[in-house]
Amino acid sequence: MFLKTVTTAGVMTVLMGTAAMACEISARVSIVGNEFPAIQTVGANAQECTGAEVTTNLTADHQQINLPGMQGNPAEYTSAIIANSSIVALMNDDVIRPLDDLIAKHGQGLQPTQLVTIGGDTMAVAFMANAQHLVYRSDVLEQIGVEPPKTYEDMLAAAKMIRDQGIMENPVGGAYAAGWNLAQEFNNMFLGYGGTHFKEGTAEPNVNSEAGVNALNMMKALSEYMNPDYLTHDSNATNAEFRAGNVALMNMWGSRAATLVTAEGVPQEVIDGFAIAGPMTVGGGDIPASTLWWDGWTVAKNVSDEEAESTFLAMMNGIRPALMEDDDVRTQAVWLVEGYEPTPAAIGVFAAAQSGTIPYPMLPYMGLMHTALGNELADFMQGKESAEQALADVEAAYTAAAKEKGFLQ
Amino acid sequence: MKHRTFFWFFLPTGLAMLLFIAMPIVSVVTQSMFAPHEAVLETVENCGPFGCQTETTVNQDATRALRDAEPLGRFVGLDIYFDRGHLAVAEVSELWSNSESFGGFFDRLGNLPFYRAMSFTLTYTFITVPLIIGFGLLIALAVNSLHRHLKGLVIFFSLLPMIVTPIIGALILFWMIDSRGIIGNLIVHLSGDPQLSLKASTPLMWISIIIYGIWHSAPFAFVVFYAGLQTLPKDQIEAAQIDGATRLQQIRYVVVPHLMPLVTFVSLIKLMDNFRVFEEIVGFNAQAHATSLSWIIYNDLGGETRQLSSAAATSVMTIIGVAILLSPVLVRTWRDFKGRAH
Repeated sequence: MFLKTVTTAGVMTVLMGTAAMACEISARVSIVGNEFPAIQTVGANAQECTGAEVTTNLTADHQQINLPGMQGNPAEYTSAIIANSSIVALMNDDVIRPLDDLIAKHGQGLQPTQLVTIGGDTMAVAFMANAQHLVYRSDVLEQIGVEPPKTYEDMLAAAKMIRDQGIMENPVGGAYAAGWNLAQEFNNMFLGYGGTHFKEGTAEPNVNSEAGVNALNMMKALSEYMNPDYLTHDSNATNAEFRAGNVALMNMWGSRAATLVTAEGVPQEVIDGFAIAGPMTVGGGDIPASTLWWDGWTVAKNVSDEEAESTFLAMMNGIRPALMEDDDVRTQAVWLVEGYEPTPAAIGVFAAAQSGTIPYPMLPYMGLMHTALGNELADFMQGKESAEQALADVEAAYTAAAKEKGFLQ
Repeated sequence: MKHRTFFWFFLPTGLAMLLFIAMPIVSVVTQSMFAPHEAVLETVENCGPFGCQTETTVNQDATRALRDAEPLGRFVGLDIYFDRGHLAVAEVSELWSNSESFGGFFDRLGNLPFYRAMSFTLTYTFITVPLIIGFGLLIALAVNSLHRHLKGLVIFFSLLPMIVTPIIGALILFWMIDSRGIIGNLIVHLSGDPQLSLKASTPLMWISIIIYGIWHSAPFAFVVFYAGLQTLPKDQIEAAQIDGATRLQQIRYVVVPHLMPLVTFVSLIKLMDNFRVFEEIVGFNAQAHATSLSWIIYNDLGGETRQLSSAAATSVMTIIGVAILLSPVLVRTWRDFKGRAH
């Protein structure tokens, strides 16, 4: 029996050894991407390839450097890890290559759902899904005797009870930092109220609508229950508030929620009370006030075919199905990779996908809209102007930018 | 110096200036007058992990053809300078004709990004520069009267704010004024209002940034003035003492006039620097309350879709702004120079 175990273990080691050895590349690979646990795993595993150098540059500022780093010829980065929002900038400037030939040659392990095709060409390989959803403290909700909220209206009611009973002063958390985060929270709420960012089939803005005003008013109502500094809180700061036990209800990214309470120094009651549920709806709508995201990788256009092939192999190694056997890796994200079995941390994102959440719009001009929202909504949140005025400002700012970029005449 | 000698003497510097100052400015000005081509859009079927959708995308072949034909983009002249993101000419004139009072006009002017940025930048510049000079002078006089054994140590500590990287210094203060930080808590305690938050109030945020700006730059003024004090002729001071001048009078009538050229120098440098206020806004995460032209450039380039032409136009406007700001000082220096020559 013992001998058998040893032999099996030996065989396993050899097998795994060959699996790791299998990634043999011949040209340089250079990866740029965001930094959260799942992407760090992908980067680290891509770096296991031998034969040539694999470098990674994983940073929260990846969006500011990936395009300039891929526009040169040869490109500095041979691969950019992007999401459905940020692939658009790379598509607009034509710096990533179709992957169909490389997939035919080396992409046997990929699931059909992992392939992101645009007009028939596969431009990216997705490896994980993401969405914002409810994260809450089950112990606090039990104390006030309510179920986890299914709607934002319930969330407000629960927040009022928590404050009134003196349990927490500011029980709601939200990544409302002026800029990208605030705009994203607006997008969630706006889609939840049934809004559409653009007039059908055009680049004309359409946010100054009833849905827009409702979304802003709901955000304002929620902010009354937030830390007064909320306009400076990004996801990291919001998570810190939750970890410190100051927040009982928040809308948080799946990719960050899974590892939320594993940090050092989190009080025991926060660890015990930490719970995840699907995204909430708002205003009686049935579509959740959230957006669906995928993260995936691309291969640069302005690199030699040899480098492209090496990059593809290294990235495939970074998302190989064998990784899904590791529990730590499995909890990091909702992987789209074959062999992934969901962990309890994944239920939020799964619920988002199943309840018909709208994917973040992949439109060439959505980035400009997001920037305009991020710049112009803070005035309303501070009570300096009306919702209508703020949304009119957004449309004016977007229109000026879209004219400059040639999306509007 | 002979013209010929001067030419050869100046040539290397002149070439470097042409290459590293003039050419980039020409390039930025050009960039600000050209915008990307009109996008050729098409509707295609996009598929991904969440199913298939018909979505709009840029037609690469058609766009490439346009780009190859006119690599600079389309010429738009000064359009970008006048659009809403910059001088907002149309919006301002509309506001002007619709506003009943000056107050209302200026109130709504602050809604346009350029004017909002200017209102903070100019307030910041004109409050910090005099205070930096004042504090710099005070520290220099204080240090100068210390015992020589103490001087080295005190100079080192006085310089610390300048040694700290601006963004790091700003972050440290940002954490301290957080409603859960040490200064934030103290202010809440002193005011007795538990909801008071520095970061949630525009005036308090402006004051924090201005205090940070003074703290960070006063050592620069101090070092310059301290160096100037070392050249102060002893006999003049002694003469003033014999005439019965008090310490204050000595400073007022002997020290300050002696340091005047340095005051001009420090205000030139600091006007220029503070007009480009940037790290403070990023470090304090203050974009909801305060913006500046440099911040607008950063924001244009940092979005998911980069707006190069817009950033270039703002850069040119920054250069013009600095030139306008410096012109009184420069004119004065020029007059002094001519006065001396005669």
